[in-house]
Amino acid sequence: MKARVIVTLKNGVLDPQGKAIEGALGGLGFSDVGSVRQGKVFDVELSGTDQAAAKAELEQMCEKLLANTVIENYAIEIA
Amino acid sequence: MKTAVIVFPGSNRDRDMFHALELITGSRPQHVWHTESTLPDVDLVVVPGGFSYGDYLRSGAIAARSPILKDLVAKADSGVSVLGVCNGFQILTEAGLLPGALMRNAGLTFVCREVLLETVNTATRFSEKFRKGQVWRCPVAHHDGNYFADADTLQRIEDNGQVVFRYADSTNPNGSINDIAGIMNEKGNVLGMMPHPENLVEPLHGGLDGRLLFESLLDAA
Repeated sequence: MKARVIVTLKNGVLDPQGKAIEGALGGLGFSDVGSVRQGKVFDVELSGTDQAAAKAELEQMCEKLLANTVIENYAIEIA
Repeated sequence: MKTAVIVFPGSNRDRDMFHALELITGSRPQHVWHTESTLPDVDLVVVPGGFSYGDYLRSGAIAARSPILKDLVAKADSGVSVLGVCNGFQILTEAGLLPGALMRNAGLTFVCREVLLETVNTATRFSEKFRKGQVWRCPVAHHDGNYFADADTLQRIEDNGQVVFRYADSTNPNGSINDIAGIMNEKGNVLGMMPHPENLVEPLHGGLDGRLLFESLLDAA
């Protein structure tokens, strides 16, 4: 089973890297860019077949390691 | 005072810390490799600076899940002094021993320079030898030192006097909220700070300002 975990910064948390990317896009002439927030994507392969169990396990992975929940949110997609 | 320094793959300030501890306490610290399961019986455990695991995932994130961390948390719970400097501070926040998180510097650049720190709380085992409001010199060298905590947490740590050191005189090098340079836990036995007091402890360093922190711990032990 393949899963994708998307980790993004919470609203209200400053993202200096996103700001720099936003500025660079503006510099390239993309004048309609309102804002950019940078995040992370993890593609995880799991050996099990039970989707509900996989989701629960992935949530644990996010809580324990993949995301720092002080500053980040996560979303899980199972293919 | 007996001390130990935890070493991770990618730690690089462990020897600086070892030297400072030996110089000031008069006894040799013990090096503890991160795969060990128990820490020796000491008064102070230091988590040193560096780039544990190459800062992969988030600075300090992988190190905070090392085997030795279990015993570090247990020792911290039992009241042993724990000091985390730079990457050590990042590891302590990632491990949940200190509130908040350390994010990419607001200016996006690695900063390696001297800053001024103000000691805002002197009623701690880490700072009792400072005068309240004392401003002192200290080097910083980091890319992820931008301290962040949500509004409620920030209010709580400010009200509790958990902010021990602040960047002074507009020398905040990283955009840290409230100019926070170092904080302790609620119990007052765990301190994390981005600046490197171990790098200003003898005349060859160009100053002795960092000694007061270690002398405070020595006094309290």
